[in-house]
Amino acid sequence: MSELRLMKGNEALAEAAIRAGADAYFGYPITPQSEVIEYLMTERPEERTGMVVLQAESEVAAINMVYGAAGTGKKVMTSSSSPGISLKMEGISYLAGAELPALIVNVVRGGPGLGTIQPSQADYYQAVKGGGHGDYHMYVLAPASVQEMADFVSDGFEMAFKYRTPVMILSDGLIGQMMEKVVLKDEQKRLTDEEVAERYGDWATTGKKDRERNIITSLYLEPERMEQRVRRLMKKYERMEQEDMRYETIFCDDAEYLIVAYGSSARIAQKTVELARKKGIRAGLLRPITLFPFPTKPLNKLADQVKGVLSVEMNAGQMIDDVRLAIEHKVPAEHFGRTGGIIHTPEEILEALEQKIVKDGSIRHHTTREPSLL
Amino acid sequence: MTQEMIIAGFGGQGVLSMGKILAYAGMLQGEEVCWMPSYGPEMRGGTANVTVILSDDRISSPYLKVYDTAIILNQQSMDKFENAVKPGGILIYDPNGIVSHPTRKDIRIFRVDGYKLATEMGNRKVFNMILLGAFLKIRPVVTIKNVLKGLKESLPERYHHLLPLNEEAITKGMENVFPYDVEKALTAEHV
Amino acid sequence: MEVLDIIRPENQVFCKTKLMTDTTLTYCPGCGHGTAHNIAMEVIDELGIAEDTIGVAPVGCSVFAYDFMNVDMTQAAHGRAPAVATGIARIWPEKYVFTYQGDGDLAAIGTAETIHCCNRGENIVVLFVNNGIYGMTGGQMAPTTLPGMRTSTSPYGREIDTMGSPIKMSELVANLPGTYYVTRQSVHTHKHVRKAKKAIKKAFENTRLKKGLSFIEIVSNCNSGWKMTPNESNIWMEENMFPYYPLGDIKVNGKIKQVA
Repeated sequence: MSELRLMKGNEALAEAAIRAGADAYFGYPITPQSEVIEYLMTERPEERTGMVVLQAESEVAAINMVYGAAGTGKKVMTSSSSPGISLKMEGISYLAGAELPALIVNVVRGGPGLGTIQPSQADYYQAVKGGGHGDYHMYVLAPASVQEMADFVSDGFEMAFKYRTPVMILSDGLIGQMMEKVVLKDEQKRLTDEEVAERYGDWATTGKKDRERNIITSLYLEPERMEQRVRRLMKKYERMEQEDMRYETIFCDDAEYLIVAYGSSARIAQKTVELARKKGIRAGLLRPITLFPFPTKPLNKLADQVKGVLSVEMNAGQMIDDVRLAIEHKVPAEHFGRTGGIIHTPEEILEALEQKIVKDGSIRHHTTREPSLL
Repeated sequence: MTQEMIIAGFGGQGVLSMGKILAYAGMLQGEEVCWMPSYGPEMRGGTANVTVILSDDRISSPYLKVYDTAIILNQQSMDKFENAVKPGGILIYDPNGIVSHPTRKDIRIFRVDGYKLATEMGNRKVFNMILLGAFLKIRPVVTIKNVLKGLKESLPERYHHLLPLNEEAITKGMENVFPYDVEKALTAEHV
Repeated sequence: MEVLDIIRPENQVFCKTKLMTDTTLTYCPGCGHGTAHNIAMEVIDELGIAEDTIGVAPVGCSVFAYDFMNVDMTQAAHGRAPAVATGIARIWPEKYVFTYQGDGDLAAIGTAETIHCCNRGENIVVLFVNNGIYGMTGGQMAPTTLPGMRTSTSPYGREIDTMGSPIKMSELVANLPGTYYVTRQSVHTHKHVRKAKKAIKKAFENTRLKKGLSFIEIVSNCNSGWKMTPNESNIWMEENMFPYYPLGDIKVNGKIKQVA
């Protein structure tokens, strides 16, 4: 039965993992995401669905447990926050290199270094541009609500297995810590060992019954074979962009000025758009739901319509690079964002939009109409 | 209708759970709800606050600069949030421990002696429920029935025997919330 | 007896280990790795568990163990084999999971994973080949390099004052409640090979009985890294390695053996 609950983002994600039929979670505590493993430990998923939950000795160990378990063809995941994700990067590169499906959750906090435990979006580069070594990407989902924290678990696993790739849910302390109502999906049955062997026996370490042995590896010492492997990965990423790129537009139909924002910034910027429209500024919002693949084409198209673009991120300016590449200098694009764990207010964003993009005197005043909420 | 509020006080005053019960009650009546706490070391002994938003529409920003209502439970929060109330909005506070009282004339201000009443009731833990009662008297955004349901859901079963006491505290709060006259208070100060 | 009689199956006294692939071993001639691979695969074959066994290869000389061992294998990041094996063993509690690691992998970069995997008593077999040197990268100092021993990163001999003492992993992990069987073996003579194989067999039987972690250290030679002939290296091993790393069982059936 689907169920309506009031939950924190972190808790909703953990509950959704049990319901999505995840086979294992390996993690290590770090603020602001410790609720994930706390919730799982409290829920005893081992009894509910048979899901394994283990607190590892470090983030490094946790991601390598994920690597081993992902190699078996089962649904496995881990979660952490920024400094912990840095530690997992080696393992993530291995997962990508060995083409293993896995779900990694980053509830981002401010950095660099040990940083702060307050919300931030400063791990954008790390999530979409590699982070670990080598030519690879993750499929990156950016939830903007507690509902999406829950929904993206099953969506993420689906993508992980469709492309045999590590998938990241790039959240932040704000989405992780806040409570909203969430509709939880019905509990899915975990696949049986036989089903896993049947579906994924062509590559996974299910035991070499009635077949040749399988090897999980990312090591190809011959450059030609390594290049082949990289090409294969790149093909996969192209397909991702064609088939599974996701975004949302809000008030974009008649927009003259565009805000691009993801995750919690998109929520805040949505309020900015409402405030702007009350002032007669026709602002719209494009929210990338997948950060990789990035909604390059829709953004490029919107650049033909608007006069300027403001990239709003809780960082010193990272996604702005992709925004600028996407709009090909058709219109000016600027960045605005607070850092260090400070959350920008809708009013601050509006001020930035006016100063950096709309600029004095260039506002065309239209008959103000209340934006109808979606 | 959207109701955006902040509840702010010391950690341990039940700020977060008051917000949670409100959010839960809102959810039970089919509203969109959002509960966003301050978190981290500042919660330990320092100030704790939570933003609660109830709306019949999709909620945009969970993080706000201005609020329709502020429920204020200590001086630091008064300093921080008095000016964050929208003109025409509401400020409810417990005068216990407050040295500089609010001075704004463009908002409606109410007082409830929550700490004193809770002490009289013999259980200081119901302090937050008294404040909640006071708020609901002024802004009946959720029904008492749903609040009690929310309370039942958020309290572990071993505390369910305390439900009647909590209900009593809500009633106490509703009966003991009074408008605070800034003009009069300012004049009195000059006398 | 005619030649043809000799090659009849009933007269066969030795054959290639069935669970070793036909890939030519890439280890240096004289190295103990090949023998260690062989006996591990013989045991898995003899126990009839090849279809239910998953091995984890490390980083180091045995990084390519999966090219030779004909069972499902996962190649792990440097030092992380015990964590990778934990992941697999937790997912497949009914299967046989083993790691095959060298000293740099297990006792330096992966010490934390080793200790915690042992401490949790994961139901796996750890095969630890200790040759006191980093073989693959060209003979650098390992955590198990003996005092005074020359390597490319301790060219004047390992100085205890500045480089620390060689770490005795078996004694260390034997002290953790999670280990059920800890033993130190070698594979440089027939006698020792037979004993080591027996130990490995016992280890996989422990997995079957869900007894927890079995830790088999194999003290071995690295004639290339030690810059000796294979024979010299074995003699040197007996004279220098064995006194520091004495062979024999350290912990049996969950109980540490008292030194007589």
